[in-house]
Amino acid sequence: MAEVLVLVEHADGEIKKVTNELLTLARTLGEPSAVLLGGSVASLAEKLGEYGAQKVYVAESADLDDYLVAPKAEVLAQIVADTSPTAVLVASSAEGKEVAARAALRSGSGLITDAVGVSSDGETTQGIFGGAIAVQAKVTKGIPFITVRPNSTAAEPASGAAEVVTVTPNISDAAKGAKVTERVVEAKGGRPDLAEAAVVVSGGRGLGGAEHFDLIEKLADSLDAAVGASRAATDAGWYPHQNQVGQTGKTVSPQLYIAVGISGAIQHRAGMQTSKTIVAINKDPEAPIFELADFGMVGDLFDVVPQLTDEITKRK
Amino acid sequence: MPMNIVVCVKQVPDTWAERTLNASDKTLDRAKVDTVMNEIDEYAVEEAIRLKEAHGGEVTIVTMGPDRALDTIRKALSMGADKAVLLSDEALHGSCVMQTSDALAKVIGTLEYDLVICGSEATDSRLSVMAPLLAERLGLPQLSLARKVTVEPGSSVTIERQTENGYTVVTSALPAVVSVVEKINEPRYPSFKGIMAAKSKPTTTLTAADAGLEGELGLAGATSQVDEFTPRPPRSGGEIVKNEGDGGTKVADFLVSQKLI
Repeated sequence: MAEVLVLVEHADGEIKKVTNELLTLARTLGEPSAVLLGGSVASLAEKLGEYGAQKVYVAESADLDDYLVAPKAEVLAQIVADTSPTAVLVASSAEGKEVAARAALRSGSGLITDAVGVSSDGETTQGIFGGAIAVQAKVTKGIPFITVRPNSTAAEPASGAAEVVTVTPNISDAAKGAKVTERVVEAKGGRPDLAEAAVVVSGGRGLGGAEHFDLIEKLADSLDAAVGASRAATDAGWYPHQNQVGQTGKTVSPQLYIAVGISGAIQHRAGMQTSKTIVAINKDPEAPIFELADFGMVGDLFDVVPQLTDEITKRK
Repeated sequence: MPMNIVVCVKQVPDTWAERTLNASDKTLDRAKVDTVMNEIDEYAVEEAIRLKEAHGGEVTIVTMGPDRALDTIRKALSMGADKAVLLSDEALHGSCVMQTSDALAKVIGTLEYDLVICGSEATDSRLSVMAPLLAERLGLPQLSLARKVTVEPGSSVTIERQTENGYTVVTSALPAVVSVVEKINEPRYPSFKGIMAAKSKPTTTLTAADAGLEGELGLAGATSQVDEFTPRPPRSGGEIVKNEGDGGTKVADFLVSQKLI
């Protein structure tokens, strides 16, 4: 069966959930092989067999961590040239898209980003304009490089041989131009990634100030959810920019999205309207967010949210 | 030491407008909507002007698009950029991201620069890969998703790259390709003086041939194609309930009924 490459997304020695989703998806297209790149990553190879990876191409070099994106793209393109896969699947993360784009260019191939589905003939489904239009598309030149959004497929375990194929990375001097000198963690740990989270709780202008975001955080923690914020809230400096959900921020598609004190301007809707279930809490019954909501609560968030957090904690 | 900076900008449909694709060739419908400079590109223009103000040099705007994109160029010039190049040719209609990066790289290759700055993504296509592709094509370091840019003119550039949980410090020699996120600055509004001055600033318009582009251009040579598109059905209205003191409980009841808790 034709080989499908999946670029493994990993951080701090852990494989990201999206990789298991991509391996699950790859099984519908052909025989999945994982591509594992990094300074010291070989120990992760075995785990990839749990989601059906038949082979794991392992390329280790400190340069893959020490320089931004370009070395990973070169090595991915090198493995693509050696294996001529049917398709290359990469997570639609910021770095995933960058690596995929450069590797696709090096391979003389086309690129589709942000797919939410890929059919067995390589046809992709994407939502564009903030999910307002669904597009079916395909790569028409070279090998399809497709980046896939987290939460697009449910990861299903399957046993794979995870046979390790060690690759000697050929990294050019040109790829060692942008040196990573420091990695700084600012956000409080413990909450899931916004893009990958199954539940997202977001706060907006209705909170009235940074000090009230603890209401959102407590509700989020009761649901093991990620915290998002509307642009009004991030522009006001109430919550970090990287948590912004919307047209110019993150696009999320969780099982459950709870919008608190968010009016639901187009800017925000573009980032969340493909969520499976949407709950809105807002005191303005005319707020456009209620047009999207599966369940809307018209009321003062300062009354509703603490009660909701208590109820969830009680019932779990 | 002066810094010459190229800023790539894109004219896009206003995100407040009802956006769609052309039924005929499934490319972006630009005709029916108001167009604006891609919002994040304003931050790129602003950053370039600030660097110019700090170090001297020239800011050149580069864009590819229909003649209408002159409006976007005019805005960038009004903000304080010095000159512009518009690559405009009907043959380029329907270009994919690979072709567009080739075209922009060829135009940039004719200019003198220390830094290329892009916005991190366009609000229409949202690929977020132009800076990496330009870096790959120009053989230059990629410093993308910058929320802060510091330059040592004639020598190096250092950025804080926005990440999921903080930032990464990345540094390279000049020249380099940088992309910026909206956290980086607050773009200025063009002043009346700026608007007047923009009228006399030079804009060069190039055809595909002028830029050295050959072979199958535009839709015919694209590396990907849209086969079908369908408007997403509007979400069917859900249940809207007024808080009568038990609002939180009601929401929790709903979550239980949907097996979400």
